[in-house]
Amino acid sequence: MPEPVSEQTISVEINGETYEQEVEARKLLVHFIRDVVDLTGTHVGCDTGNCGACTVLMDGKTIKSCMLLAIQADGATITTVEGLAAGGELTPLQRAFSASHALQCGYCTPGMLLSAAYLLEQNPHPSEEEIRRGIQGNICRCTGYVNIVEAIKSVAEGGGA
Amino acid sequence: MDVLTPRSLDEALRLKTEHPDAVPIAGGTDLMVALNFDRERPGVILNLGEVPELRGWSRDDGLLRIGAGLTYAEAMAEPLRSLLPALAEASRTVGSPQIRNRGTLGGNLGTASPAGDSLPPLLVEDAEVEVASLGGSRRIALHEFLVGPKQNALAPEELIVAVLVRPSGAPQTFMKVGPRNAMVIAVCSLAVAVDRERGELRAAFGSAGPVPLLVIAPLAEADGFPALVASAASPIDDVRGTAAYRRHALRVLAVRGLERCLAA
Ligand SMILES: Cc1cc2nc3c(=O)[nH]c(=O)nc-3n(C[C@H](O)[C@H](O)[C@H](O)COP(=O)(O)OP(=O)(O)OC[C@H]3O[C@@H](n4cnc5c(N)ncnc54)[C@H](O)[C@@H]3O)c2cc1C
Ligand code: FES
Ligand code: FES
Repeated sequence: MPEPVSEQTISVEINGETYEQEVEARKLLVHFIRDVVDLTGTHVGCDTGNCGACTVLMDGKTIKSCMLLAIQADGATITTVEGLAAGGELTPLQRAFSASHALQCGYCTPGMLLSAAYLLEQNPHPSEEEIRRGIQGNICRCTGYVNIVEAIKSVAEGGGA
Repeated sequence: MDVLTPRSLDEALRLKTEHPDAVPIAGGTDLMVALNFDRERPGVILNLGEVPELRGWSRDDGLLRIGAGLTYAEAMAEPLRSLLPALAEASRTVGSPQIRNRGTLGGNLGTASPAGDSLPPLLVEDAEVEVASLGGSRRIALHEFLVGPKQNALAPEELIVAVLVRPSGAPQTFMKVGPRNAMVIAVCSLAVAVDRERGELRAAFGSAGPVPLLVIAPLAEADGFPALVASAASPIDDVRGTAAYRRHALRVLAVRGLERCLAA
C-alpha cells in the first residue's frame, strides 16, 4: 500500500520534451511549467479557474493549468504556447492574431491561442456563435473580443489552424 | 500536503479506509479553487486520476453505469447525449471548455452544491449513486444522497464510484438562468421531462433551495405545474438573486420547458 508522500516523481512530456522530476504534492501544474521547466508563456491571471490565461493542452484537450496539481499530469502530454511555433515559424492562427490585431497587452493571448487551436481541431468551420463559445473560458480585458473572433474566423475560412 | 495515488479502485478503497480524512481529487475544478484560496488545507489528498474503474460508462440491459470520473465533455458526446439529453444540455452550460474537459459528475456529486448543474437532470431521470468502501458497495437514490447544501450521504471511508440510471427516453430539457451566457453559477436552473409512459410531468430545480429537488405531477396537470414547481422551491436572497426572482424565474422556466417537451 502506498504511504502519503509530500513529493512524487512525475514524467511529463511538454512540447515534445520529456521532463522527469520530483515535485511537491502541492505544486500547481502552471507553476511546474513556469518555474521548473521555465516556459513562461503560460500566464497566471487569477488562480481560480476563471480567466483562462493558464490554458494549455493536456493529451490534446484544453485545461486550466492553475486548476491541476502537477502530480495529476503524470504521464501526460502537454502543449504550451511555446509548442505552437515549435519550428520557429508562427502557425496560421498566430499570424491571424497578429494580422487582425487580436492582441494588445498579450496577457490573455497564449491561453486564447490554445483555446482557438482546440476549437478549430474539434470543429474546423465554426460559426461565430461557436467561436464565441469556444473562447468562453478565456477573458481578455483589452480587445473587446471582436478582433479575436475575426482572427479565428479568418483561419477557419482560410483553412488550417 | 501529502498525496496518495492509487492505481485501482480496490487500492483507492483500502487507502480511504486507512486514511478516512484524505480528500479525494478528481478533476479538481472545485477542490483547487478551495486550495488556491486557502479555504481548505487537507493534510492528505487522494488522487483518483489513475483509477481506471472510475472512467467511462457502460450499459447493461438498459441500465447505464456512468463512472464517477465521467467529464462533462464526455456527457455531451454521442451516444450519451441522446440517451440523457437534459444531462448533455446541462453539461453544455458548465463553466467553459477547459472546465468541461476536467470537471466530473463524481465531483459535482461530491461537492453537492445546490447549484450543481448535473443534479437536476439526474434527479428527473431517477438516478442512483453507487458508493463503495472496503466493506462493499451500496446504491443510494440521488434525492437521498443530497442531504443538504454541500452535504451528501457519503461516509468518510466511502468513495463515489458511479451513477446508475435507466434512461426514460422521455422528451426532456434543461434551462439555467444566469447573469451572462458563459461561466456562471446558476441563479436558478430547471430540468423538465414529460414522461408519457409513466404518465408524469417531472421537474427538478437547482439553486432554489438547500438541495436540488424533484417535483412530480400527473400528465393531465400541466396547467398548474409551473406554479407547483415554484411553490416547491425554498429559495433565499443572496448575491446572485432574490428569493422572489428565483420563484418567478422557475415558473417561467417550467412553462418554457413544458412547451418544449410537449411539442416533442
Ligand atoms: C471556472 C469554473 C466554472 C464552473 N462552472 C460550473 C457550472 O457552471 N456548473 C456547475 O455545476 N459547476 C461548475 N463549476 C464547479 C465544478 O467544475 C463542478 O462541480 C465539477 O463537477 C467538479 O468536478 P471535479 O471532478 O473537478 O471535482 P473535484 O474538485 O475533483 O472534487 C469536488 C469534490 O468532490 C469530491 N470527490 C470527487 N470525486 C469523488 C469521488 N469519486 N468520491 C468521493 N468524493 C469525490 C472531492 O473530494 C471534492 O470534495 C465550475 C468551476 C470552475 C472553476
Ligand atoms: S490563472 Fe488559471 S484560469 Fe486564471
Ligand atoms: S490582449 Fe490584454 S488581456 Fe487580452
